Amino acid sequence: MVSMRGVQKWFGRLHVLQDIDFDVASGEVVVVIGPSGSGKSTLCRTINRLETIDEGTIEIDGKILPEEGKALAGLRADVGMVFQSFNLFAHKTVLENVTLGPIKVRGQKKSDAEQRAHELLERVGVANQASKLPAQLSGGQQQRVAIARALAMEPKVMLFDEPTSALDPEMIKEVLDTMVDLAERGMTMIVVTHEMGFARTAANRVVFMSDGRIVEENAPEEFFTDPKSDRAKDFLGKILKH
Amino acid sequence: MDWLTDNWLSILRGFGETLKLLGLSGAIALVLGTLVALARVSPVPILRGVAIGFVTIFRNTPLLVLILITYYGLPEVGIDFGFFINISLAMGFYTASFVTEAIRSGFNGVPLGQAEAARAIGMPFTQSMSQVVLPQAFRLVVPPLASVFIALTKNTSLAATFGVAEATYRMRGLFNDYASQMIFIFLGIALGYILIVAVISWIATAFERRFAVNAR
Repeated sequence: MVSMRGVQKWFGRLHVLQDIDFDVASGEVVVVIGPSGSGKSTLCRTINRLETIDEGTIEIDGKILPEEGKALAGLRADVGMVFQSFNLFAHKTVLENVTLGPIKVRGQKKSDAEQRAHELLERVGVANQASKLPAQLSGGQQQRVAIARALAMEPKVMLFDEPTSALDPEMIKEVLDTMVDLAERGMTMIVVTHEMGFARTAANRVVFMSDGRIVEENAPEEFFTDPKSDRAKDFLGKILKH
Repeated sequence: MDWLTDNWLSILRGFGETLKLLGLSGAIALVLGTLVALARVSPVPILRGVAIGFVTIFRNTPLLVLILITYYGLPEVGIDFGFFINISLAMGFYTASFVTEAIRSGFNGVPLGQAEAARAIGMPFTQSMSQVVLPQAFRLVVPPLASVFIALTKNTSLAATFGVAEATYRMRGLFNDYASQMIFIFLGIALGYILIVAVISWIATAFERRFAVNAR
């Protein structure tokens, strides 16, 4: 579904993505972890070209990621994205946030889009908030609306860029539950996160990044119990000993 | 007070001309300034370059120099819409550069994540602008935009120098005829300008209220 080959990216002199070869199969759930500054968020954002790359190729569903323009917009419509800071449209109600894409980008009828939006809001558990503005919702509710907004576009793959990092601890679970549910329904997901519990329950594979490189890839259980590289051991030692 | 009772019609006509100048150059400034602001933030480097060039030229040239160029210069190269429109062009282009910067500051006030989220659900640049960024930028733009139009209102008085019979031109005429009442004439004309500016401020406040409710 997603295929990155020889991807390189620099921020000025900083080599943030180095020789990235990365594949995600259809229906697979891949968790990307690593210390901050390791390039995992950047990796996630290059997949729908919110960040450009300097070398290499990225393919989504067999198609090379286009440059700016209509083709890129069309491809982005098929790639759902959930941000760390939710980024719900602040001037639109919850319902409008979910229907805007289907109506304006997909050209759906308003009534159809609203019906589908209500179903999705029901599914993520915020149906009773449909007429509120994002600022009136808790962080966890906002993030679940953001997931519904992405799902409304019927994406082929979904990107999660640290979806729970800006949330209070008691709200993390409700968002993770929504994501686990999504994974169980067979959605292809790439999730940048520090939530090891999610990786263990829902992921097919864990990708460990450090200093712009993919250092290690493995099934979650093997990775957490028996990391191969020293850097992964060091990282896991730091985050698991609490 | 005979300067007022004998000349009120001519003074009103003067302010009518002032309003015409304000209306025409204001419309040019608003349309052109918005387009240039969109170019200024567009993903196309050439458009951004043109927009930066436009702002640099028209914001950094004294308005009087611009009017001299459109008043004397343009007719010489065969562009002559009549002196009234030529003067309005100078004022419109000059003010457009300030409108561009006001609108750009509004864009910058909308968090980057809003545009990213719009692009991430597949909106092309124009749609992410019209659906997500502009509606939110609008509220932020109103106060600086009001200042720009208030400045334009006062700048229209420069047209008096070029024989447009607007309010300041009438004032100078009255100075000649009623030299002993200069201070009252001056205050009277100033009051007229203050009224126009007050209306602009009032409209701005109304807009701000209307959109502030929306965003909360």
